[in-house]
Amino acid sequence: MSRAYLLRRVLLAIPALLGISVVLFTVLAMAPGDPFEELTLNPNVPPEVRIALRASLGLDDPVYLRYFYWLSSMLRGDWGFSFVSRINVDQLILQRVPITVAIIGISQVLAILVAVPVGVLAASRPYSLFDQIANTLAFIGFSMPTFFFGLLLILLFSIQLDWLPMVYQTTVRETGWAWWEVQIKQSIMPIMVLGLFQGASLVRYVRSSVLDVIKLDYVVTARSKGIGQRRVLVRHVVRNALIPVVTLVALQMPVVFGGAIITEQIFRIPGIGSLLIIAILGNDTPVVMGVTFVFACLVVLFNLIADILYGWLDPRIAFR
Amino acid sequence: MKEQDLRHMIAGVKSGQMDRRAFVRRLAAFGIAAPMATQLLVHSGVAMAQTSTQIASTYKATKRGGGGALRVLWWQAATLLNPHFATGTKDQDGSRIFYEPLAAWDGDGNLKAILAAEIPSRENGGIAADGKSVTWKLKPGVKWHDGKPFTADDVVFNWQYASDPATAAVTTGSYKDVKVEKIDDLTVKILFKSPQPFWADAFVGASGMIIPKHLFADFTGAKSREAPANLKPVGTGPYKFKDFRPGDTVLGEINMDYHVPNRPFFDSIEMKGGGDAVSAARAVLQTGEYDFAWNLQVEDEVLTRLEKGGKGRVKITEGAGCEHIQLNNTDPWTEVDGERSSMKTKHPSLTDPAVRDALALLIDRKSIQDYIYGRTGIATSNWVNNPPRFRSKNTSYEFNIDKANALLDKAGWARGADGIRGKGAVKLKYVYQTSINQPRQKTQAIVKQACAKAGIEIEIKSVVASVFFSSDIANPDTYPKFYADLQMYNTGPGQPDPGVWLQLGLTSQIATKANKWQGRNPMRWSNAEFDQLLVASDSELDPVKRVAMLIRCNDIMIEKRAVIPVVYRPGVTGISTRLQANTSGWDSNFYDLADWYMAS
Repeated sequence: MSRAYLLRRVLLAIPALLGISVVLFTVLAMAPGDPFEELTLNPNVPPEVRIALRASLGLDDPVYLRYFYWLSSMLRGDWGFSFVSRINVDQLILQRVPITVAIIGISQVLAILVAVPVGVLAASRPYSLFDQIANTLAFIGFSMPTFFFGLLLILLFSIQLDWLPMVYQTTVRETGWAWWEVQIKQSIMPIMVLGLFQGASLVRYVRSSVLDVIKLDYVVTARSKGIGQRRVLVRHVVRNALIPVVTLVALQMPVVFGGAIITEQIFRIPGIGSLLIIAILGNDTPVVMGVTFVFACLVVLFNLIADILYGWLDPRIAFR
Repeated sequence: MKEQDLRHMIAGVKSGQMDRRAFVRRLAAFGIAAPMATQLLVHSGVAMAQTSTQIASTYKATKRGGGGALRVLWWQAATLLNPHFATGTKDQDGSRIFYEPLAAWDGDGNLKAILAAEIPSRENGGIAADGKSVTWKLKPGVKWHDGKPFTADDVVFNWQYASDPATAAVTTGSYKDVKVEKIDDLTVKILFKSPQPFWADAFVGASGMIIPKHLFADFTGAKSREAPANLKPVGTGPYKFKDFRPGDTVLGEINMDYHVPNRPFFDSIEMKGGGDAVSAARAVLQTGEYDFAWNLQVEDEVLTRLEKGGKGRVKITEGAGCEHIQLNNTDPWTEVDGERSSMKTKHPSLTDPAVRDALALLIDRKSIQDYIYGRTGIATSNWVNNPPRFRSKNTSYEFNIDKANALLDKAGWARGADGIRGKGAVKLKYVYQTSINQPRQKTQAIVKQACAKAGIEIEIKSVVASVFFSSDIANPDTYPKFYADLQMYNTGPGQPDPGVWLQLGLTSQIATKANKWQGRNPMRWSNAEFDQLLVASDSELDPVKRVAMLIRCNDIMIEKRAVIPVVYRPGVTGISTRLQANTSGWDSNFYDLADWYMAS
């Protein structure tokens, strides 16, 4: 992999991101509605106030002007401010990064830690009892919608058993060990919901890609050398089978940042996903624009990382 | 009861011929509630035995603090904490934890002094005889959370701040037409351009919260967004600011220097936001994780089931929001000069009084209450339902398909081969629009069914709320454009006086292309008697006469079917069994937060 390759990839990303931003902006600008629904219904707020507010937010300017204005301030590092809370967009996003990364990140890590070994083991003994159970659970996991599973958990653990809280608290008053106890208790359910969903599809991927590799001649050769099942699996099979899995995981990383809109809404976790959904419902264009643009950048970035990882996993893949 | 009789009785009380109790009893016999009766006396210059400044407090705790944490849940989170930019009740409520107005509206629509030393009245000289000014005396010894004294300068500053067009404050409507003068450090005078019968708007209630001059003076006009105190409020309220995460949590801690003795009861307050209404109800009524939940727009049946959890109860707060159906008086299907529903057209069938009366007969309000809204929407024949002093006794409603059929037959609307009535080319086919909201769609279905039985075909249309209620003039689906025959939504006066709200029926307020559809009258309805009465009421200083005028305005709207009221919607909150909290339909949910406490 050369420096020129990296440079070319980064340069190619620029027109892609510009194109994405144009499409996003136009779609958002053309979407109907504005953020003043409640004001409209309040007879004590004269209509002139709403008109003045719209004008002060630049909502009545032509779309292309608004886009260039957004782009030029973005290039200067100014992300604009939320129409609804009047806070800078970058500040709003940064405020929510830690919780999102903590909850979604942990669930993703857990999913990988469980799914990869389970998938490999299931594939190494196909149609065994272990494989059957793993498969069944995986099917349940990715066919059950997260909102449904989340509600089931709440019904069981919060309402029937009264073990876990159903509302996620961001401002935990306790300190020391008690703080950890509250945090763990309130994070169990959302992490379970997200972990199961992400882990389930991963198990299926790992299993099928290991199955593909395990039949290849070089694996038979390795076995016949007598180096033992464990080493064959870890050294020879898994490394090659991981290539498609790496793509999947790398492309899921932006999702970790983006949070899980539905799960966050159910458990009231103030992550980026819930920021996005509130902004969309409230027609808060700068926030929607900011969040989705960060997504776009992350997708481009992780695609690049996945490509680089390919080279490391399989040196035959060349970079030109 | 006639206006003259009332006047006679009030004169009796004034001169001492009739005692106060007898007066309240006599009025009660006519169906006028006690708060209204006493209110009439106050307005007429009879001092109350117990003046408004000392509304009996329900507060039983004997010392400040020690009550632990108060946890409240709003299913839409507060997004900003500057009351002058609060676009919704969630932001007003978040701000109200820290900031206070001069006076608040209690549940009966009476004023309760907060930062004022007393409520202005004719007796104490607060209200000028010509009705053109009000003088407020401020409570002495009140301190901002940072220790600086609260004075008349702060009050005057709020007027300057909110009335400056460059600030683009949401509260500007309350301030732009008045002038505020400082008399001395603890006295301010509000001057009106014309006599104001309803004078308690500026510095009162949810839009009247006062922010400190010393922290905002450098950030007025276009710079208003940059004030650090926008995110870290310093107010006079019972709780001091501790933390704020926009769109999630507002955290406050006890203000040990609060200006009312022994208050507040709780050591801290946490206002959590987000999620949905049903699970918010669940967290208070069933699991008891929270003590109070706001605006439970949940089917009553579900609420009743959750209440069986025993951790909390549903609290209904009287209000005046009215879910109603509007009839278009212009033709939405003909375009004139680039405008549908133009004033140059006339609706081909909805302008016929027989059709209007028939439609009113076809709305089964009782079933809509029984099967859809329950405790959260009460069938009504009135546009103005609260406060009780404004509620008309002259109207009634009826659901009667036979009568509607008879009316239409008589007016010459004959059924065609397809069962739909018509006259020549004009058919009774209507598009009926509303916002997307489950109870509304159910109501649409009930109305559609009944209309079908009377030979009227209804086509149902529903629009996303953020579009339906937007000010986007480019969009054809907003309610002010009214490009449909019938439409339904909920609106209320927001303050315990329907004067401004009744402008919905004013001819000069008709929404047209010329005024960018910013008029308040989407029905394009016009009635000379109504216009004349409402305009006259605006400067009528005699409260009894004014109430009579506004009730007549309501009656005209109902008789002429300007609107067909369906249900009026009280506020619905969830509250834990031990929490004692007064709520008001005329002010912020936290209007009385300082007095909230846990019963033992």
